[in-house]
Amino acid sequence: MSDDSLYQLRCRECGKTWGNVPRSFCDDCFSPLEVAYDYDSLRKFARRENLAGRAFNMWRYSELLPLTDDFTAPTATGGTPLVRSRKLAAQWGLQNLYLKNDAVCFPSLSFKDRVVGTALAAARRFGFETVGCSSTGNLANAVAAQAAQQGFDACVFIPADLEPAKVLNTAVYGARIVRINGNYDHVNRLCAQIADRFQWGLVNVNLRPYYAEGSKTHGYEIAEQLGWKLPDNVVVPMAGGSLITKIAKAFKELVTLGWVEDKPVKFFGAQATGCSPISDGVKRNLARFQPQKPNTIARSLAIGNPADGPFAMKLIRESGGWAEDISDPGIVEAIKLLAETEGIFTETAGGVTAGVTKKLISQDRIKPDETTVVCITGNGLKTTDAIADEFRATEAIAPRLEAFEAYLDAQIGATTRAARA
Amino acid sequence: MPVTIEIPTAFRRFTDGAPKVNCSAATVAEALDALTKKFPELSRHVRDESGQIRQFLNIYLNEEDIRFLGGESCALREGDRVLLVPSIAGGSQCS
Repeated sequence: MSDDSLYQLRCRECGKTWGNVPRSFCDDCFSPLEVAYDYDSLRKFARRENLAGRAFNMWRYSELLPLTDDFTAPTATGGTPLVRSRKLAAQWGLQNLYLKNDAVCFPSLSFKDRVVGTALAAARRFGFETVGCSSTGNLANAVAAQAAQQGFDACVFIPADLEPAKVLNTAVYGARIVRINGNYDHVNRLCAQIADRFQWGLVNVNLRPYYAEGSKTHGYEIAEQLGWKLPDNVVVPMAGGSLITKIAKAFKELVTLGWVEDKPVKFFGAQATGCSPISDGVKRNLARFQPQKPNTIARSLAIGNPADGPFAMKLIRESGGWAEDISDPGIVEAIKLLAETEGIFTETAGGVTAGVTKKLISQDRIKPDETTVVCITGNGLKTTDAIADEFRATEAIAPRLEAFEAYLDAQIGATTRAARA
Repeated sequence: MPVTIEIPTAFRRFTDGAPKVNCSAATVAEALDALTKKFPELSRHVRDESGQIRQFLNIYLNEEDIRFLGGESCALREGDRVLLVPSIAGGSQCS
């Protein structure tokens, strides 16, 4: 959006407006701030036709994002494939199953590239020289990569036990990495205090309202790739619970602007059983979720005290959706299933989403003829530790044809081998 | 029991700018009561209309979220730190 009088921060609870400033909560009532748009004005110039000549990446929706007049797209982030599933759909008995594949999001291979895109636009606007985040890994990767490209200093805070690949994928960009002895919730609490003390742009703390807007582009793309239609069901992984609510906001905006026809969409949230405060809250119909101590291989979803949990629970309930969770062995099984059927190698969070989708189908909450989109948000190359035990190295053979024949005999039997020869 | 309550910046306009408030309390609930008695304007920011701690305010006893310690009735020891930290959330409404 080119005119910043068209959007500003507003308190979700008391409605107080704040202009555009680096802060995430209302001083009056301590409730979260969000970016609120003047949709009446937007409707006059934010038209679907405007997109025709634009590249397919997240910045094609710039009218619907909190950007300044002089903003120029720094990277071709987003624009990821919406894969129509054939094998997995057949296996699950679904006719219209799609996988939104942010495992190949540019530049750091997760949907976090989208949120960092809008957060760094805000950081530049507010004059921050240092940017950072609290992260379970993917966000740190995204901040480090885009900060390097855009000339910010980066300082990221991570739990000390994070997967080595995710730490390396942050360090390589030259970011300062501060490892914290504690889980993500400890890291997040510290970052809330750091944002209180230092003049840094912490993307998911004081820049959070702007950061969260980037998630909407995942939803815009889904609608556009379905031919400007909304799906019946969306299955979304939940860590802090923000993405699911922002996909809902994206759909609602497209309806408000007349870009898609209105229709009911059910939102389904997916968590790992070892860290499932939101799904637990939905399943037990709690007024407030109970925080948990994370214990799961899905570390990118291991947020025991999800800040957007209350909003995610409300959305799921009001949309007629549901939330489910899946065990660690179930996550590994689902990662393999997605790879073997669709050729998509996702990280543990994607295993959670795929595994939960299967569960929702078996519970008859997702029907065969409905259009269902499963959101895959990260790349399997970052969490190879989680599945390494599943695949042992095979014994090497001599570079001779007889050796290969002997190998095949041992693997599939001499009769089968002869039949295939 | 003498304990210290750490006040986030957003609340300091109600505590005359003080980043820390010392009080004597046996439980977290008593500490919060002591705090809001001393600074009455803070009351509605700490608790909602039903008297519950506000949903987007996290309270820690030393390193631990009090919800893991049995809630605000958990006992305090001498020198404990009670931290008030905003829960950083995004929001989702389109209007």
